Amino acid sequence: MKGLLETVIRGLGNGSVYALLALGFVIIYKATRVISFAQPALMLAGAVAVSYLAGVTGFYLAVLLSALLIAGVALAIERVAIRPMVGRPVFVVAIITLGIDVVVRVVVNGFIGRDVRQVGDPWGFTQVSLGPLVVQSRWLAMLLVTAVLVTLLFAFFRHTRYGLAMRAAAFDQETALAQGVSVGAVFALSWGLAGFLAAIAGMFVGTGQGIEQMTWVIALKALPAIIVGGLDSLGGAVAGGLIVGVVESLFQSYQGEFAPWLGQNFAIVSPYVVMLIVLLVKPYGLFGTREVERV
Amino acid sequence: MTETREEAAPVAPDIPTGRSRRVRGRPLLYTSYAQDMALLDTPAKRLWTLLLVALAFGLSVLLQDRSLEVLAGAYVLAIGAIGLNIVTGYAGQVSLGHAFFVAIGAYTAAALSGPVDGENIGFGIAEVWLWLPAAGLVAAAAGVLVAPLAGRLRGLYLAVVTLGLVFLGEHVFKEWKKLTGGPGVGREAAVPELFGVRLDQDGPFGTKEQVLYTLMLALLILFAVAARNLARSRVGRAFAAIRDRDIAAAVIGVPLTRYKVLAFGISSFYAGCAGGLLYTISGYVEPGSFNLLLSVQFIAMVLIGGVATVSGAIAGALFISLLQPVTRSLPALVPFISGDTTQTPNVFQVETVLYGLLIVLFLIFEPRGLFGLWIRVRNYWKSWPFSY
Repeated sequence: MKGLLETVIRGLGNGSVYALLALGFVIIYKATRVISFAQPALMLAGAVAVSYLAGVTGFYLAVLLSALLIAGVALAIERVAIRPMVGRPVFVVAIITLGIDVVVRVVVNGFIGRDVRQVGDPWGFTQVSLGPLVVQSRWLAMLLVTAVLVTLLFAFFRHTRYGLAMRAAAFDQETALAQGVSVGAVFALSWGLAGFLAAIAGMFVGTGQGIEQMTWVIALKALPAIIVGGLDSLGGAVAGGLIVGVVESLFQSYQGEFAPWLGQNFAIVSPYVVMLIVLLVKPYGLFGTREVERV
Repeated sequence: MTETREEAAPVAPDIPTGRSRRVRGRPLLYTSYAQDMALLDTPAKRLWTLLLVALAFGLSVLLQDRSLEVLAGAYVLAIGAIGLNIVTGYAGQVSLGHAFFVAIGAYTAAALSGPVDGENIGFGIAEVWLWLPAAGLVAAAAGVLVAPLAGRLRGLYLAVVTLGLVFLGEHVFKEWKKLTGGPGVGREAAVPELFGVRLDQDGPFGTKEQVLYTLMLALLILFAVAARNLARSRVGRAFAAIRDRDIAAAVIGVPLTRYKVLAFGISSFYAGCAGGLLYTISGYVEPGSFNLLLSVQFIAMVLIGGVATVSGAIAGALFISLLQPVTRSLPALVPFISGDTTQTPNVFQVETVLYGLLIVLFLIFEPRGLFGLWIRVRNYWKSWPFSY
């Protein structure tokens, strides 16, 4: 029981990182109806920026600066490569983001080099005890920071002018335009927010084990998370991320014991299995809006 | 009143259905449906296609073995790209899972033709004409199995699900060591043998590369013509209707599920055949090679070549395949690019960046791809010296 709870907490910690990434995907999707495959590269870039800045400015300031920096990079990408494509099929734009991802990742890998880079986080592999449970402090940090960020984000969407503009544009772009909402600014803001969240997620991915060139693959686990939660649901993204994290963690701990025939490292692909099962039951995810077809 | 109506009743127009005579100097005047539907509808196209095919076969004696090897690989990739074009270009179902079906084909072919008493599963059936269709059919069966799930999903949901397929497939192939040899180890690929003659060894018909090149070229022509025929048939028109607006297609009586399953099946068949052939050139197949990058490469071929055109898919495959030897020769020409992987910038980085940039640039500036460039050039000269 103790082991199970510890496993769940590890899953929630990792899951909250997936949730941050998934939120980025969903924010961009809601604004532009495109899945941005550039998120993995932005995440990696964020982690690398932290690893370079942490020695200069101290860790916490480095995280903030990197997140702002990556938000700027995301803004630039949106302006240069995505804005000219407004009105083109979403599939085409999605493939463009895939191309951008490849390019940005090569540049970032140049900064990583061949070895593992540490992000200079204060948590490392240190452990704390919660009553009878002994868990790594970084899981708790991930969970806490994500909770704060998600609360801020939801408050932003609910209570600010720009949040309202983003919700309006997501609901109906033309009507929003007619009401004086600058849809272009909404696109830019959504990419900026997604970049910001991806950089923070990247920093958390790098805590403890550090980052290397293949770390970007972790960001793809946010894809099953958004599908499980529903592509256009912010709450769904958080729920999906946590579900994916916990399932993965459970498989990591117990699959070797109970289902060894699934092979080693099955935990890595378990999110995709969850995704397929959810889609068999609910084709638009747990919280996604069902598409209404009118003839 | 009635009488006039009867008089005015239209007589069924006498439209000839067979191939009718051309009017000289009027290449765009069609006098029959058969002409309108013809694969090569103008004499010029017939002539140039013939010349191109003759040249392609002629290359097998004109080029060095090293170049032939690259081209043979490009032709196989072109078969795979045509397959992806059928499901993504013609039928409009975005699939990022092409690498998965390629892998199934590769391992079916390798297992069928492998030695019976070897380390990995093998059945010793080395005849190409046996293992190639088998590889295609097994992959097609997998495609048909996936399709009902895919049929429920649209657009980007489908893209992500097919992406998941690649990851699941990669896991299975890495773990199933009896079949694949496991990551880093791999196994021998399919052995091409035609009526008892090993095609991957120097023999009476030429060097290994020459023979393989000719085989791949012949198969590519076969698959390309089949795809063109499919595209102009009832099935092809149904695919296009589903791509353009699936609800409208359903309303005019196109059974959506059946045609989506068909599209995935045919596309996977092409992928499976391409997979079976792809590794006969190197003779070795490793389970780690069927990853997301391979899927993205196929997508890039289709997009850079031209969506929903067979010639575009072939051009795209050639373009992507030739990119590699071109960038590999860069360090000799551009001093600051290094051939060593430990230095930055090295050729591998340049290659990857080019690849991503080309996708982005083509999509922004010429969405119809290489095929679109060709159309522009052709239209310019068609009306030359007038601007239109």
